[in-house]
Amino acid sequence: MLTVLFFARIREELDCPGLELPWGETVADLDLLQARLYTRGGARWQEVLGASNVIRAVNQAVVTGNVGLRDGDEIAFFPPVTGG
Amino acid sequence: MAMKSPFSPLLPVAEPGVGTVLAVSVQADDFDVAALQRGLLAGAHAEGAVACFTGYVRAANAGQAVSVMELEHYPGMTERSIRGILEQASARWQLLAASVVHRVGRLQAGDQIVWVGVASAHREAAFSACEFIMDFLKNEAPFWKKELGPRGAHWVEARAQDRARAARWDDDKPV
Repeated sequence: MLTVLFFARIREELDCPGLELPWGETVADLDLLQARLYTRGGARWQEVLGASNVIRAVNQAVVTGNVGLRDGDEIAFFPPVTGG
Repeated sequence: MAMKSPFSPLLPVAEPGVGTVLAVSVQADDFDVAALQRGLLAGAHAEGAVACFTGYVRAANAGQAVSVMELEHYPGMTERSIRGILEQASARWQLLAASVVHRVGRLQAGDQIVWVGVASAHREAAFSACEFIMDFLKNEAPFWKKELGPRGAHWVEARAQDRARAARWDDDKPV
């Protein structure tokens, strides 16, 4: 199982805090997972998740570029952070 | 190596970068900066210097009045991210203790939102590390601000100048 989380503006725009997907070869890396989310969510999800400033994290660490995923991973999509 | 201190010879002194007392709290409740500073001093055995920063919710941002702010975060990653920043700071400067308290949830204009406290044997390290921690917290810790004012609600956009402030530490040599 993969846990996918969305935060802040992305969560609101997708109207979805997160979802779970069964792990498998079709979601074996981050880019494949993102393509799967586009298929599942449609054009709106592609527009929101495909924005150039979207940050991706795997197991609570920000990643740049594509990385492999393993069963049990927690993946998050969020906009640039604005704390402090 | 632990340094000898003329002020508290009987108390152990944290070894720089190793024994540094690090603490992170992400909480809805308000905080008392005097109590936090006393706690930091206790952890640092009251050595040398403490530098603290407190951030407050602005009453106006980018020319628009702000009455309420909602702060969202990523539970788990937030604490992990801030702890990583404190570890970087304690590897870079000789610190005795470093703490961050950050509020989440619904806040009003003028409310305290973040506190950073650093204790060190010397003020240069305390000042520098405090600023370093704040600069990286603003750029890396997964918090998001939503401002609510008379003209409605909007998510605060990340600012290029905050990224630039964190980037300038890249070229700096450790103090």
